Amino acid sequence: MATIVFMDHDEGAFNPNSLGVLAKAASLGGEVTAFVGGSGIDDAWAGGLGAYGASKVLVADDAALAGLPQPLVDALEPHAREADAVLFGAGVVSADVAAGLAARVGSGINCETTDFRLGDGGAVAVRPALGDTVMVESSFASSPAIILGRANAFAPEPTGSGTAPVERVEVTVQEWSSAARMAGREQAETGGVDITEADVLVAFGRGIGGPENIPVVEQLAKALGGEVAATRAVVDAGWTSYSMQVGQTGKTVSPKLYVACGISGAIQHKVGMANAGVIVAINKDVNAPIFEFADLGVVGDVLTVMPKLTEALAAR
Amino acid sequence: MNIAVCVKEVPSATSAKRLDPSTHRLDRSGDSELNPFDVHGLEEAIKLREAGHEVEEIVAVCMGRENAQRPLQKALALGADRVVLLTDPALAGSDISGTAYALATVLEGQNADLVILGQQASDADCYVMAAAVADHLRRPLVTQVASLSLEGGTLRAKRQTEHGYDVIEAPLPAVVSVSDAINTPRLPSIKAIMGAKKKPTDQVSAADAGIDSSRVGEAGAQSVVRSVSPPPAKQEGRRIEDTGGDSAGAIVEFLAERGVI
Repeated sequence: MATIVFMDHDEGAFNPNSLGVLAKAASLGGEVTAFVGGSGIDDAWAGGLGAYGASKVLVADDAALAGLPQPLVDALEPHAREADAVLFGAGVVSADVAAGLAARVGSGINCETTDFRLGDGGAVAVRPALGDTVMVESSFASSPAIILGRANAFAPEPTGSGTAPVERVEVTVQEWSSAARMAGREQAETGGVDITEADVLVAFGRGIGGPENIPVVEQLAKALGGEVAATRAVVDAGWTSYSMQVGQTGKTVSPKLYVACGISGAIQHKVGMANAGVIVAINKDVNAPIFEFADLGVVGDVLTVMPKLTEALAAR
Repeated sequence: MNIAVCVKEVPSATSAKRLDPSTHRLDRSGDSELNPFDVHGLEEAIKLREAGHEVEEIVAVCMGRENAQRPLQKALALGADRVVLLTDPALAGSDISGTAYALATVLEGQNADLVILGQQASDADCYVMAAAVADHLRRPLVTQVASLSLEGGTLRAKRQTEHGYDVIEAPLPAVVSVSDAINTPRLPSIKAIMGAKKKPTDQVSAADAGIDSSRVGEAGAQSVVRSVSPPPAKQEGRRIEDTGGDSAGAIVEFLAERGVI
């Protein structure tokens, strides 16, 4: 079975979710080709993917492939058409490329994949659905099968120390697909508290009402001896900084205690904190998905509960 | 310019969600609502109009059941000028690929300079529709947009990645999906709710839209559900109803019991 794994990367580092999917594919036996698209790719660096199980690495190197997804679909398409399966780890660019490719080649796509098999019977992908209340197993009616992983579902463990042969491939980019351009980038700020090291995190979402209520969260975190974290929505809305964000495009944390305040618990957040030891959720919406996986769910007004809890902790 | 906003009818947040054991399709027999993520798309279209861009028409495009009318009335009350409902028994059971093809085919006929989608659907947790639609339409794409502006036929969008924020510019016509943090949608006024009833809804079939029926529905699905099973068993969490902060003592007790304080 001919399998290609799309390797997302940024600033010389591969996305750990892409590495995880590559290692998983290689562990199933058979030849696995890694695809690296970008501008100014170093062959030795790309060949290092042999350590994660790649038998061969295709390098598409062109100035048009620097960071935006649509030209990457153009570069990947001719190779994908020859493959039985094209696999992607979770990632913003990876998801765009996977879906664009599915449309381009007329294939089926399985998102949020947490397990897959590759073999003579064709590819099979498993995903949790409906708020992770059911596991759905799917096969594909045509080739290539397109499989997009869930964040943190596949561990990026090196399988060896080998170097894979690198083959440079031709790139033809269409005019419309290279019409968008990167006008600027804001790197995540560094420094400050590293929330991945904290034993206790008190995280907040839009349910706290507004940035003026962040001090209430900070007081609770202080009473618990922990740090403050946040959801993507409040970071996107500019209430707090990106370095505090937990979830798919933020940090992955596994503290002993995670207190989720006014957080609905969308899958993008869950994948960043589901491995916390004890999860406490405070939310007024009884239907919030977070109550499905919290160890203690408190249905109530978060702005009332937080200060009372801070007081009760101080009184101990 | 014209803006098309893709909207979906989803089971309401309070409905129990289940897959029909025989068809493996989502059971849509309960109450439904407008996908809450799509409300941000409609709000953004209205904000562009209010910002002084000459938006001649905002059309809400929906593929769904014939009785998706109530959620679509909401789209009209929120500010869409017109609704196009693509509905056909032949579309039932479409997978992501079939749905993207069908939506793109309908959008082809709408002459939209900007197509806006919400970041995901709350029922299927599918967040890739915009990228698939853009490829069918052969138009530039920006997904997960956290802020959006237009200037002289070019859009400028900021979006979050794993590394920070990218600022992307693209010429119109283009396709974007918007983050749920891009805006705070307004509630429709009573006047807008009443006015919605007078706005037009065009109902089109797959054939009307020029959709190749072999590429949609269950027969055209390229991703095929083989089986549905329960997830690995997990210990049920404890639940407390709080009134006026009276749960604080019980929370402290729980934390002490678990040895985390």
